[in-house]
Amino acid sequence: MNLAYRDVRHNVGRFLLASVGLSLLMAVVLSMMGIYNGIVVDALAIVRAPQADVWVVESGTRGPFAEASRIPGDTREAIARLSGVTFAGSVTYQTVESEYRGGKIRLFVIGYELGRPGGPSEIVAGRAIGRSHYELVADRRSGLKLGDRIRLGRNVFNVVGHIENQVNSAGDPVVYITLLDAQKLQFELAPPAARIQVARGAVPEGLDTVNAVIARVLPTVKPSSVAEAARRWKHLAAMTQSEQENILTSSVVDKVRRQIGLFMGLLLVVSAVIIALIIYQMTMEKLKQIATLKLIGAPDRTIIGLIVQQALALGMIGWALGYVLVTNIKDYFPRRVVLEPENAFVLAAIIFVVCLLSSGLGVRAALRVDPATALGS
Amino acid sequence: MSAVSTPERLVSLRNISKHFGEGTTRVDALRDVSLDVTPGQVVALLGPSGSGKTTLLNVIGCILEPSKGRMCLEGEKVYDNRWLRSDLRRLRLDKIGFIFQFHNLLPFLDATDNIAIVLELAGLGSKEANARAVELLEYLEVANRRAALPAKLSGGEAQRVAIARALANRPRIILADEPTAALDSARAGIVMDLLRKLASEQEAAIIAVTHDEKIFDRFDRIYELRDGRLDSGSDRPN
Repeated sequence: MNLAYRDVRHNVGRFLLASVGLSLLMAVVLSMMGIYNGIVVDALAIVRAPQADVWVVESGTRGPFAEASRIPGDTREAIARLSGVTFAGSVTYQTVESEYRGGKIRLFVIGYELGRPGGPSEIVAGRAIGRSHYELVADRRSGLKLGDRIRLGRNVFNVVGHIENQVNSAGDPVVYITLLDAQKLQFELAPPAARIQVARGAVPEGLDTVNAVIARVLPTVKPSSVAEAARRWKHLAAMTQSEQENILTSSVVDKVRRQIGLFMGLLLVVSAVIIALIIYQMTMEKLKQIATLKLIGAPDRTIIGLIVQQALALGMIGWALGYVLVTNIKDYFPRRVVLEPENAFVLAAIIFVVCLLSSGLGVRAALRVDPATALGS
Repeated sequence: MSAVSTPERLVSLRNISKHFGEGTTRVDALRDVSLDVTPGQVVALLGPSGSGKTTLLNVIGCILEPSKGRMCLEGEKVYDNRWLRSDLRRLRLDKIGFIFQFHNLLPFLDATDNIAIVLELAGLGSKEANARAVELLEYLEVANRRAALPAKLSGGEAQRVAIARALANRPRIILADEPTAALDSARAGIVMDLLRKLASEQEAAIIAVTHDEKIFDRFDRIYELRDGRLDSGSDRPN
């Protein structure tokens, strides 16, 4: 006879209420895990979109995502001529804030050369950029509709296509424009500032500057050897795709990861305390019944089983409800929430251990009950 | 006088003493208590509050360790200035049935399961335990309430289920703590008649703590405790 099950069945409403309360905590923990995954996935999506093997950036920097990087636009030709390189393309990256439908909108603008690596990998609606100027392809999360017009800098762009699931590590949706437009947007001075520079006698800077050059190499060629070759130019730094991804995950999103990790840790501690309190309270209410069980000869393992099984059931039901809740609401979060099955299993394992430890308080109280308390009133 | 370990005496206590505290705070709850209860005998323990009745019941029930003395239960020497068995819960499960003032049924188990749990703890399978539980409920004439939770039972019904639980493992020693205190006089009489019947049919010894004068005539022998001392007892009043 399973006493834990019988007791839960007898107080099913109360038990479920406690489980629902716990499930909300579990949902928050799972959301945190999902948000962290989402940040990493989003950050990597930008890096992986151009399907590059090698990133060439300004010497002494780890650009273009972790640090600012500016290199001459003709670097692309030099890189393209390296042995083993099949394609090369120049790219720029910058964040822009603009007016859209009476409000502010933040966009992560990627400039690329038409017909070269660096552009959007898949258009889900509309078409790719077909003209050299004033067209853009936007991530759906930007809210921009096909045919919309939006001002970026001093120029107005037409939205011609949509992409999906591309935002930067800050959550700003990506838009693609041509490299020429992006260079103007990033490097061209505003007319008054340009006039002042001319008045001062400064030589106007050329616009042919880019943030990075990306290269694809032959399958038989090691990207590291191409990166090594690119590093021979003293004004350039180069890294492979995996090195670029490492920079993003270990540097750019590292603080976010640690912050979320600490927050998750705190939530787990809070969950442990709450589980312990619930189990302790449930045990204290049953002390006379436990005394009676001891008096009629129930061994300690029966009493421990009663408490531990209820603690585990509470934790697992709370976890399951929390998981169902998060999977149903995750698409309503402003940032992407990516919930991997292994996250749910890891949390289940943690909750299992937490429940075991938390039930210790209740077990201790139960084992100290004097069976004599069952006698008398 | 030595502790008798023959089955003729189901409960045999010799010079059992129990004190709490030491020095100026010392309280002698039991002083040299000797008691014999034979099969089929129903005895009452009387005494004012604080006289040591519950302490004596706890000692016989192997819940409380005496300070000194000797005790035999069903012919087995269980205490001789120290416990002679380490598995006192198993001893209680096998040899002793408890009936409480307030039935103390587990509220989350129905009447049948409240009895079956004791049998399962003793090692019986679920089916056999249920069959025996129903048999006991029929014997105590509450089988029609077999599926009812304790909260749905009347006081008399609940106490009958509690008695059935006490009898589940066929113990030959039944300890009852104010078994009729929560019942009206008519039901108290019925419960006591039932206990007498059980003692007689199952050759069991029943020791009950009571204050209920209306049921004194149901006991074979009445002992009175005063300041921890047990008198020599008197036969059933006529």
